[in-house]
Amino acid sequence: MECLVDQGVEYVFGYPGGAVLPIYDELFGDERIRHILVRHEAGAAHAAEGYARATGKPGVVLVTSGPGATNAVTGIADAFLDSIPMVVITGQVPTALIGTDAFQEADTVGITRHCTKHNYLVKDPADLVATVEEAFRIATTGRPGPVVIDIPKDVQIAVPSESKTLVAPGSHRYAPQMVAPADQIAEAIELIANAQAPILYTGGGVINSGSRASELLRKFQDMTNAPLTSTLMGLGAFPNTHPDWLGMLGMHGTYEANMAMNKCDVMVCIGARFDDRVTGRLDAFSPDSTKIHIDIDRSSINKTVPVDLGILGDCATVLEQLIEAWGDRSPRDLGEWKARIAGWRARECLAYPDRSKKDPKAIMPQKAVERLYELTKEKSPIISTEVGQHQMWAAQYFGFDKPNKWLTSGGLGTMGYGMPAAIGAQLGNPDDLVIDIAGEASIQMNIQELGTASQYRLPVKIFILNNEYMGMVRQWQELTYESRYSNSYSDSLPDFVKLAEAYGWKGIRITDEADLDASIMAMIEHDGPVLVDCCVAKDANCLPMIPSGAAHTEMLLYGDEVGGTMDDEAKALV
Amino acid sequence: MKIKSAESERHVLAVTVDNEPGILAKITGLFTARGYNIDSLTVADITEDHAVSRITIVTNGPPQVIDQIEAQLERLVPVHKVTDLTAAGPHVERELALIKVAGKGEARVEALRIAELFRAKVIDTTISSFVFELTGPPDKIDSFISLMRELGLVSVGRSGVVGMMRGAEGV
Ligand SMILES: Cc1cc2nc3c(=O)[nH]c(=O)nc-3n(C[C@H](O)[C@H](O)[C@H](O)COP(=O)(O)OP(=O)(O)OC[C@H]3O[C@@H](n4cnc5c(N)ncnc54)[C@H](O)[C@@H]3O)c2cc1C
Ligand SMILES: Cc1ncc(C[n+]2csc(CCOP(=O)(O)OP(=O)(O)O)c2C)c(N)n1
Ligand SMILES: [Mg+2]
Repeated sequence: MECLVDQGVEYVFGYPGGAVLPIYDELFGDERIRHILVRHEAGAAHAAEGYARATGKPGVVLVTSGPGATNAVTGIADAFLDSIPMVVITGQVPTALIGTDAFQEADTVGITRHCTKHNYLVKDPADLVATVEEAFRIATTGRPGPVVIDIPKDVQIAVPSESKTLVAPGSHRYAPQMVAPADQIAEAIELIANAQAPILYTGGGVINSGSRASELLRKFQDMTNAPLTSTLMGLGAFPNTHPDWLGMLGMHGTYEANMAMNKCDVMVCIGARFDDRVTGRLDAFSPDSTKIHIDIDRSSINKTVPVDLGILGDCATVLEQLIEAWGDRSPRDLGEWKARIAGWRARECLAYPDRSKKDPKAIMPQKAVERLYELTKEKSPIISTEVGQHQMWAAQYFGFDKPNKWLTSGGLGTMGYGMPAAIGAQLGNPDDLVIDIAGEASIQMNIQELGTASQYRLPVKIFILNNEYMGMVRQWQELTYESRYSNSYSDSLPDFVKLAEAYGWKGIRITDEADLDASIMAMIEHDGPVLVDCCVAKDANCLPMIPSGAAHTEMLLYGDEVGGTMDDEAKALV
Repeated sequence: MKIKSAESERHVLAVTVDNEPGILAKITGLFTARGYNIDSLTVADITEDHAVSRITIVTNGPPQVIDQIEAQLERLVPVHKVTDLTAAGPHVERELALIKVAGKGEARVEALRIAELFRAKVIDTTISSFVFELTGPPDKIDSFISLMRELGLVSVGRSGVVGMMRGAEGV
């Protein structure tokens, strides 16, 4: 407990059970740390992720042994893939019982070994303090990630006679490289300054690096005048309203961003990891460019795409170095390059069909997100999402101009992430408007957390784009399996309004486009949690899209005839 | 549908790690989880206080995969240092093998004669068997074993490779 207070922990997201009762007893009546009781341990882990992403501070989770720990694993794996700082304390059976298939025993350290940045089983009470300290340092420095501390019940109770240190004080065994060597900086500046068609490709690493990195990114872009695109995870690091903003790139990115990536001569990747959703077919990915990659994790560099200049370091620090090295050079005239980009922009790839073919009266989901953005942008809301088409529409049609306002499960793509993440974000930012843009299928994966928001009087909003389908799955079935909609219809849906009311929330249903604005306003104005069930067109597809195994230049756009089947090579890709 | 594979190279990696529980599982698990190959792996602690272990891993893969293996190993918190002996330059590799051969008459004499040529030691003998101890680079052991196959080979135990840079420098 004292360790957690020392680490500046305000909230612990958790769920009690036999193997953590000693810690829960310590929490009882302690005013310094607030325990948030979730309804399922998956909710605890995602809430901690949301808190971490929205505040920049580590999220803390406390769960019991066995099922408590296994229920939290999805959230731990999610935090691992999205580089979210998190410390998870799990109870364990007493040391003497470990390995005996004791009641509620699970090999937590074994199960989480490959989805944590590091994990510990603390067998000696004397190691506890140093372990907690190191866990927080590892979770929050370098490339952030989840760290699990598994503590047997007897170790929780024991009062250590002495406290050991893991390593000699002052010398840390984990010391990531932050500053880049000067020669690499000089080489990068040379390449960027001489580029005729440069592009900045930024990612979640800029958010991880702290809000200063976003400021420096804006400054560096201003100096170089280079157009900029971002991954799903990096949205908000650069303002969506800037004329050089190309929108998101990748599978559901904009035509201009993907074309510019394909045709650029110098690519500067800042804190992004060349994910397969971003690169499309690797051998056709930006074939003629010189590539610079700034990343704090050496394993991200040259992992899937070989680069010409890998720079190991922290985004903010390296950007500062680049800005200094750039000095008072004036940006090159990029007129010709920008004119080409303007040509691609003119394709208006996000202009969706006005009406659904099957149901011309239905609200288009893209429209709903656009209106939500227009009516809330003044308040600079925090947006979380679930996973599916609605997530992509949120990324495409909601604008972000500040970091830490966009919470989404990118790497693992975990349905059920959004509501608990919104709860965590709301706790960390009590005065902000927090909205989970959800799908009717995803929201049911952690629907029980409605109760958590009620209990702590959190005014979170859920905006369901209810298309009565696992829309993303339906879309792939249309593209790949000749529209055989195997198990992708959301049958037997609950009445979401009544469900919300049953938990003490306000429920609003929108079926008519004429009510869209008024209902969104009613949602914002209500001082308390609100669930909006926005019934949208069932057949809308999310475009642009780079189909599996295709190149950036082979995007499907609105108006293209889609559907049919694919060969096995393409089908094998995810 | 075809599954592609690329040209492989053999590399010997020397990895120093904190000698803590679970580290070996972390490393071997990393290889399985990410689909890398392990040809051999040896481990033992090497410092007076038993705090540090040295692990020698023989792996193979295309150059880009070898680079990823090293980067992924370095990412593990308890890993101090990864040295690719194959890439770093001249180094020695040794392996120890125990080889049991059973037979009588001509074959037995021939086994002993070849063992002498290879400087293998006899560390156990009965009227009808020998246990040889042989150290050397892996290919020497390979060829000894293949000769013994003709002469009544019963069982083989190999330690896996331990490697070290030549010269005065560390690692
Ligand atoms: C349905 C679905 C569709 C998707 N479609 C798209 C899409 O169209 N486009 C898209 O972009 N994504 C898409 N994604 C998300 C995608 O799967 C990846 O999660 C995302 O592209 C990865 O973002 P990133 O490259 O910014 O890396 P992140 O996962 O955010 O990783 C951050 C990188 O920065 C590094 N880093 C961390 N901290 C620092 C620091 N302080 N300094 C320097 N470097 C640091 C890390 O080492 C890592 O390499 C989709 C996801 C889903 C679920
Ligand atoms: C836990 C989990 N299971 C399955 C999937 C695969 N999946 C991705 S999107 C999706 C459908 C989501 O449906 P919905 O929430 O209604 O969103 P929509 O696509 O309709 O907007 C599914 C099943 C996933 N991402 N996560
Ligand atoms: Mg849906």
